[in-house]
Order: sequence, then C-alpha cells, then structure tokens
Amino acid sequence: MDTLSAILFATIVAGTPLIIVALGQLIAEKSGVLNLGAEGMMAMGAIAGFAITHHSGSPWLGVLAGMAAGALMSFLFAIVVLTLMGNQVATGLALSILGVGLSAFIGKPYESEILPTIGPIRIPLLADIPIIGDPLFNQQALVYLSWLLFAAIAWFLYRSRPGLVLRALGESPTSAHSIGYPVIRIRYLATLFGGAMAGVGGAFLSVFYTPLWVEGMVAGRGWIAIALVVFATWRPLRVIVGAYLFGGVMVAQLFVQGSGLGVNIPSQFLSALPYLATIIVLVIISRDQNTVRLNAPVSLGQPYRPEA
Amino acid sequence: MILTKIIKKLALATLSCAMIGATQAAENVGFVYVSPIGDAGWTYQHDLGRLQLEKETGVTTSFVENVAEGPDAERVIREMAKRGDKVIFATSFGFMNYALKVSKSFPKTAFVHATGYKLGKNMGLVNARFYEGRYLTGVIAGEMTKSNVLGYVAAFPIPEVLQGINAFIQGARSVNPKAELRVIWVNSWFDPGKERQAALTLLSQNSDVITHHTDSTAVVQAAEDQGKYAFGYHSDMSKYGPKAHLTAATHHWGDYYVNTVKAVQAGNWKPGSVWGGYAEGMVKLAPLNKAIPGELQDRIRKMEAQLKAGTLHPFAGPVVDQSGKTVVAAGQNMTDDQLNQMNYYLQGVVSKIPN
Repeated sequence: MDTLSAILFATIVAGTPLIIVALGQLIAEKSGVLNLGAEGMMAMGAIAGFAITHHSGSPWLGVLAGMAAGALMSFLFAIVVLTLMGNQVATGLALSILGVGLSAFIGKPYESEILPTIGPIRIPLLADIPIIGDPLFNQQALVYLSWLLFAAIAWFLYRSRPGLVLRALGESPTSAHSIGYPVIRIRYLATLFGGAMAGVGGAFLSVFYTPLWVEGMVAGRGWIAIALVVFATWRPLRVIVGAYLFGGVMVAQLFVQGSGLGVNIPSQFLSALPYLATIIVLVIISRDQNTVRLNAPVSLGQPYRPEA
Repeated sequence: MILTKIIKKLALATLSCAMIGATQAAENVGFVYVSPIGDAGWTYQHDLGRLQLEKETGVTTSFVENVAEGPDAERVIREMAKRGDKVIFATSFGFMNYALKVSKSFPKTAFVHATGYKLGKNMGLVNARFYEGRYLTGVIAGEMTKSNVLGYVAAFPIPEVLQGINAFIQGARSVNPKAELRVIWVNSWFDPGKERQAALTLLSQNSDVITHHTDSTAVVQAAEDQGKYAFGYHSDMSKYGPKAHLTAATHHWGDYYVNTVKAVQAGNWKPGSVWGGYAEGMVKLAPLNKAIPGELQDRIRKMEAQLKAGTLHPFAGPVVDQSGKTVVAAGQNMTDDQLNQMNYYLQGVVSKIPN
C-alpha cells in the first residue's frame, strides 16, 4: 500500500465513528432536541458492544448491543427533557458524565480482555482500482454502513414526507402540533435514533477500531461529533466532509511526523490542526448567513409543552 | 426537574463512589493514583507495589484512584492525612504542589511524591530510571529489526519521555549503527484510538519494531495485528500481543514502598530523593519472547547484570546529539542533572523535536 492510499485508508477509518454519531445527532437536533450526552452514550455503546462481542463472539451482536445501550441512555435523557421538561443542556451534560462514569464501572472486569481483530470486507473488482480502491472498497463493514446511513438520512430528510415533518417540528413545534403531529412522540423517536447511533459509534471504537476496552477510550470523540453537526450547519453531506477532513488531517499529521522527513512544525500545533482545519473549512462553506438560518432548527434546545 | 436532579446526583455518585468506597476505613498507608488501576500501566504497577507492601509489612493500605491532577488531589491527600495515615504516596507528577502544601499542615505524616522535583521537610521524592529498561529494549530492537527503521509513539516532549526515546536509540545503535528511529507525538497520555493510528502509521512507513510512551496497550495490539514487533511499557503487555510483544520495560515500586514504611515505623525515615533503577530493583524487563534468539537473550541477561552492578550506563560517552554535537565526552557518563534537563534527540532519531 503506498503512502497516499494508506493515508486515505486511515482517514476513512478515523472519520467513520464521527460520521455515525454526528448523523444520529443531526436527526435529533433537526427535531429540536439538543443532546450533549454523545460522549456518555458512546462510552456506554463502547462497553456494551465490547462486552457482548466478548461473550457471544459475534461483533454484530456487539454492535446491536451498543445500539441498544446508546438508545437506552438517550431514553433516560428523553424522559427528563421531553416528558419532564428538564433543561436540555444541563441534562445532556449530566448524561455525558453519567455515561462515562457508568461505563467505567460496568467495564471494570473487561479491562483485561481482548477481542480478535475483525478483518475488512473486500469488494471484488472495485477494490482493485489503483490508489482509491483499497481505502474505499476494502474496509470494515461499518464503514460501508456509514455511507448507507448517510444516503438514507439525506433521502429521509429532504425527499420523504416524514423527513419534512421532522424538519417542520424542529422549526416550529407549535405549528406542527396544531396541524395534528405528535410532537413529543416524534421527538422521542428522533432522540432515540440519535442515542442508538452514538451507541453504534462507540461500539465501532471498542469492537472494530481499537479492539479493546479501557475507561475513557472515547477520548472526546462525542464532543467532536456534536461540534461537527453545528459547524456543518445541520447538512448531512457537510457532516461527512467535516468528519473525513478531521480524520484526514489527524492522520496526515501522524504520517508527516512518522515520515522522518524532519519537518520542523511543533507537534502540538499538528495535533491542533485537525480541529482548526475542520472549523475553518466548515465555516467557509457555511458562511452564507441565510443558509445557516435556513438549516439551523429554530426550536433547538427549547422545551415544548403541547397545549391541550 | 426532580428527575434531572436525580440523574445529576447519580452522575456525581458514580464519579465519587470509588473515592468513598476506598476511604471509609481508617488505615495507615494511603495511595493516591492518577488513573484507574486497570490491568496494565502506570497506576497498575504502583498498585502491585501497594499489594506487596501489605503482604510484607502487614500494614493496612487504602487508595483513591482516578484523582485528577488539580484541586481534587489536595482534597484527597488532606483527607488521608486528617484521618491519620502514617505514610501517603502521591504517585503522579501533577500531585507535587498539592502534596507539598498538605505536608506542611501535617508535619508528623510522611509524604512521598513520585516523579517530581520538590522536596519538603516531611516529603520525600521517588522516581525510577525507566531509561535503563528502555536501553535494553533498544538493544533487542536493533538486533531484531530487518528494515533498520524503529518507531516510537510518544505523549509529550518532557525529559522523562526524551530519556526513554534516546536510551532506546542508543541501545539500538550500540548493536546496529544503521538503525534509525521515527517518533510520532500524539500529545495525549491516553487516547487508544490515536495511539493505534500512530502505531499503524509507523508500521506502514517501514518501521518493524515499535514501542510507546503512552498509557494504553493499543500500540502492542496494532503490532500484533500487522505481524510486527513491539515492546510494552510500564507493565508486561504480552497478553495483548503474544507474538508481537518482545518484552516490556516495567517499573517496580514494591521494595521501595516496603523500605519507606519500615523506616517510618522504626522512626528513622528521612525525606530524601530516590532515583532507583536496575540496582534498586525498580526497573526490570518482562519475560523475553521466544522470538528473541537465545544468544541475544544471554547478552541481555548479561547487560542486566551490568546495569545492576553499575558498570553499564545507557548514556556512556561519547553521546552525540542529532545535530552532531557531543553532549557527553568519551569516558564519561551523563550526569543526573543532564538527564533531568534532556530536551534534545540523539543521533539516530530522524524526526525533529517539537519545540
């Protein structure tokens, strides 16, 4: 594998958990629910995925378990903010802390366990294309799934009727309610979906990416995913661009350091570069104030109590 | 809203339950750990020392794990002193100022801080010469590499980490002058995803023997997956890569803990600075992998004996830095002051140092 191909390959792997989590959050936020608990939901997804894969031997059961764990966490969140009208920001932060702490508690016995590494799935013919063949078509199954997820969400949001309802809800829950849509129920579903995807992203980390479980292994990726949604101005394609850009710059700086070329850039700066580059690029592509306003869900973070 | 509060309380409770659980009973030796004990790593090695202390001296001990290097540390240390712990071991660099501050309020308690540089009237210092173990792993790496390219995943460019990197390449080049070392800084002590990515990067760029100075086992696992070699650090990490794991440079605090507590009990403890290596039994190698040829294993055993006897110094002159400047002349050894102020790479490291 030549260097360019290796960088691309690693970029796609590094971007995948961010894409899955951010797309899930995007759906929740489009309905008007801001869940800052992604880090905690990912951590729970990671330990659930790891534990179930360890006991069952099946990574797919693990991913399902991660999905369930993330959804369960977001269900807690939904009860507090949707039924009890709790503050979304505070509850999300609490969920984050709870998830990270609880996963550490549950995960204690699994710290010494290891999982076999899961090989990539090679797509015949396509994987033989020079340079891009290997990075794009000889990947972990979840990488392909993240693309399917993107396609499904893009279609759902902009081409389907339920997607339209979801977006309308995020703009004006009162109007949606007044024409007969069950605002709270739809928000529950959107929040659960966001949690489930965060769980899958966590399970990807612990089952596929670095097959191990240690406390704190999510290492801030949940927060990056949340920030990505905002900087991508709630557009799925930009989420993908941002996630790969972030992954790509991180991987590229590792390659620069490891090349032995002796490029004299402080490594602290190189480590900050993925954040900088992602923010700058996304700010530039989303600089048009009107589109930002059009895409940002107006009711984001606000509790909604349906009138009788 | 009530539920919000309950959830917040729950979250706080999960955070602090480890602390409460561990500090309830009044015991007489306290340990403050920066990270969870886990199954391998820095804190795990300290905890092995604690268990040895309990076994050999019969004292009771207690510990608080996952203590952040901030005001929390002072609270934990003060609590231990208040309830009457005779000796308190603070095992992370960032606890230094807090331990020192608390030690002033409790002059009858013995404090020991690991890896720092501030001595107090009743606060001693301890550190280990990790670089001695690194040197030996470097020798093994120099012999085992086929590509002559070695790789190192490192956290932050502080002297302790640079000592390890430089000892590793010194060892490698002592047996293989063609060996070169590439370093990737991940700017984090703990991010398994990034550590693995850095390891895979090194392996894809020709390195065939790699090691790390970060806290997870991800680097060893990455080498195992790629069919290359790696060294563990802190702890024996062989179960994370049975084929890849050649050995590990490990730390052992138990003897020191036992001696310190015995001295305190006998009333003749003096706060001093201990920087122990092979000679003190504080640095060792994990069992050597079968992949290492017997002849090389014998040589390593001999070098271990020389380190113990003090006849082998990893930074024995001539030591030449990356720019070609001689930092230690032939016939001399690097001094402890020089070691503590190390801020450069030695010859053989091809990356540039971040500054």
